[in-house]
Amino acid sequence: MLHIVACIKQVPDTKIIKMNPKTNTMDRRTAPAILNPYDAHAVEEAVRLKHKYGGIVSVVTMGPPPAVSAIKKCIEIGADEGYLITDRRFAGADTLATSYAVTKAIEKIAKTRPVDLIICGKMSIDGDTGQVGPGIARRLDIPPLTSVNKVVEINQEEGYAIVHRKLEDGYEAVRSTLPCLFSVEKTINEVPYSPLPNMIKAARYTPQIWSVDDLEGVDITQLGLKGSPTIVSKVWAPPKPAGGSILEGNPRAQVEQLLSVLLEKKELFEAKEGV
Amino acid sequence: MDFKDYKGVWVFIEQKDDMVASVSLELLGAGRKLADKRGVELAGILIGENVKHLTKTVFEAGADTVYVYDQPIFKHYRTESYMKALLDCSDKHKPEIILYGATSTGKDLASAVATDLPTGLTADTTELDVEEETGLLLASRPAFGGNIMATILCKKYRPQMATVRSKVMKALPPEIGRTGKIVEETISLKEEDIRTKVLEIVKETVKKVKIDEADIIVAGGKGLGSFDGFQLIHRLAETLGGAVGASRDVVEAGWIDHPHQVGQTGVTVTPKIYFAIGISGAIQHIVGMKNSGIIIAINKDKEAPIFQNCHYGIVGDAFEIVPLLIEMFEHALAKEKVTK
Ligand SMILES: Cc1cc2nc3c(=O)[nH]c(=O)nc-3n(C[C@H](O)[C@H](O)[C@H](O)COP(=O)(O)OP(=O)(O)OC[C@H]3O[C@@H](n4cnc5c(N)ncnc54)[C@H](O)[C@@H]3O)c2cc1C
Ligand SMILES: Nc1ncnc2c1ncn2[C@@H]1O[C@H](COP(=O)(O)O)[C@@H](O)[C@H]1O
Repeated sequence: MLHIVACIKQVPDTKIIKMNPKTNTMDRRTAPAILNPYDAHAVEEAVRLKHKYGGIVSVVTMGPPPAVSAIKKCIEIGADEGYLITDRRFAGADTLATSYAVTKAIEKIAKTRPVDLIICGKMSIDGDTGQVGPGIARRLDIPPLTSVNKVVEINQEEGYAIVHRKLEDGYEAVRSTLPCLFSVEKTINEVPYSPLPNMIKAARYTPQIWSVDDLEGVDITQLGLKGSPTIVSKVWAPPKPAGGSILEGNPRAQVEQLLSVLLEKKELFEAKEGV
Repeated sequence: MDFKDYKGVWVFIEQKDDMVASVSLELLGAGRKLADKRGVELAGILIGENVKHLTKTVFEAGADTVYVYDQPIFKHYRTESYMKALLDCSDKHKPEIILYGATSTGKDLASAVATDLPTGLTADTTELDVEEETGLLLASRPAFGGNIMATILCKKYRPQMATVRSKVMKALPPEIGRTGKIVEETISLKEEDIRTKVLEIVKETVKKVKIDEADIIVAGGKGLGSFDGFQLIHRLAETLGGAVGASRDVVEAGWIDHPHQVGQTGVTVTPKIYFAIGISGAIQHIVGMKNSGIIIAINKDKEAPIFQNCHYGIVGDAFEIVPLLIEMFEHALAKEKVTK
């Protein structure tokens, strides 16, 4: 029986989000909240391993109360249990404070059911750092394996896992002791449409919800904004370069001007033409 | 923590197949500026097996000092062993700033080191500066999924750390014969203590799309409308002898594979000519191509931000302009040949 914990995050759909041009901040109201797309692959991989080896998949997230819907989405994919840690004191966390809080939640989950494997997404589309996964691994003192694009074997009896880690020009096969943490690539699997029974289960599901006070041995100073070493000091629109010259005239005239620009760089094309 | 004890700018030197990664050379170039502004040393930290001779390259690229951990245990990159070397070195020599390439190795290592130190870590930086007086690192990156940049600071911890995108900073021309101080370090680390083992390294033989080396890139965006529409980009690229690039939205739509994606979460490119066709010009795209020689934008919306970031713009429909361009270009080339 493997116990796999997937770490997930609810994020604003950055593709739809609008910026407030006056304040240069994100107008979160304009963006629907979704399960971080990378984390869907983390949950899917956990579920596949569960089907292969037998076990239980728990998902954990730190976020505001609406993050329950992201957990439900994971239940649809096939997760068994969901845990949300939510508290004003978590707000404003950077990656260091996030990995601290999520670790505390995992430690609590592990009290009732020891954890064999943790799976994170490659990155969150709003935080966009990929730092939280390795951070959690370090805090739990287990090996972090990033860029995982294939799980070859999990051997719980002998306590090891073998995975492929994507490299710039191929991959490496790595063996690690269990428990360990994977950050998985999007290419590791495809998330299929959820089967109906899972949808029904998800609709009825309520996750476990914990505040800071429900966690154990928490050092409040390491949470949220206070526990975050990095601060955003300045947000600015990138300086607008003078802008290019817009070519005038009808399409044919425009293309003609463009052509003369290109032909000034004739050597680039001649190389290809072998002239 | 007494900030006065922390001095110098460090660059983690990534090496592979007996070569220093180009991003490390770029970071030495950027680090040199920070170190000079602050009046401190620039150091490289080099970890590996049989890598000592690479110090030469590191000095020629601008470093004053190189800390070297050259032991068999460092033959392959592994988070835990490399992290221990870096933590050991940072403990002993206390740098003010450590920079890493935002490669998979650099990000992996920096995330682990930041947690253990602990300190703040800014990811995927595209601009770097330092406050001369205080040594505060100003690390800026595109943020919040919008057209904005954010400057991120780490005021209360040292060292300050950042991962930096490749191809954004400029390496210095190598100063042949330039040398510096080599500080050899070792740590006692037994193979049994390391919980991961690299079993095999497999180089994929599939020909990689190397759009980051192309002189001409024709990139298309969501404005091409569909997979079929996007074929127009391939046609123009073929005509010009260029490589095909794409925005992230195109990659997500499945019109082309990720290796073609230009931008913050794709590749950074610096071709001599870059076409952005049907691309709106979001900051995440711009940071990946803004250093191109000539940027040509074709977009039917004259308000599209791409026009602020190009040298020549055509406001028009790609499906009208591009076929015309292909036709007229071929015609012009043919004429060239005849007159020669
Ligand atoms: C964390 C994060 C990382 C990201 N990383 C990247 C990245 O690496 N690379 C990247 O590209 N994006 C990235 N993005 C996405 C980026 O913010 C934009 O969403 C994306 O670049 C937009 O793609 P697009 O320009 O193709 O599409 P759109 O923004 O939809 O633009 C389409 C354009 O086509 C024009 N158009 C429509 N029809 C025609 C026509 N017939 N002829 C001519 N023009 C036409 C429209 O006027 C419009 O300007 C990232 C986003 C986030 C949040
Ligand atoms: N608030 C959070 N709660 C749980 N897991 C998270 C949270 N933020 C990030 N993660 C995990 O860490 C990964 C990397 O996120 P990031 O470092 O923000 O890019 C995500 O794909 C998640 O698996």
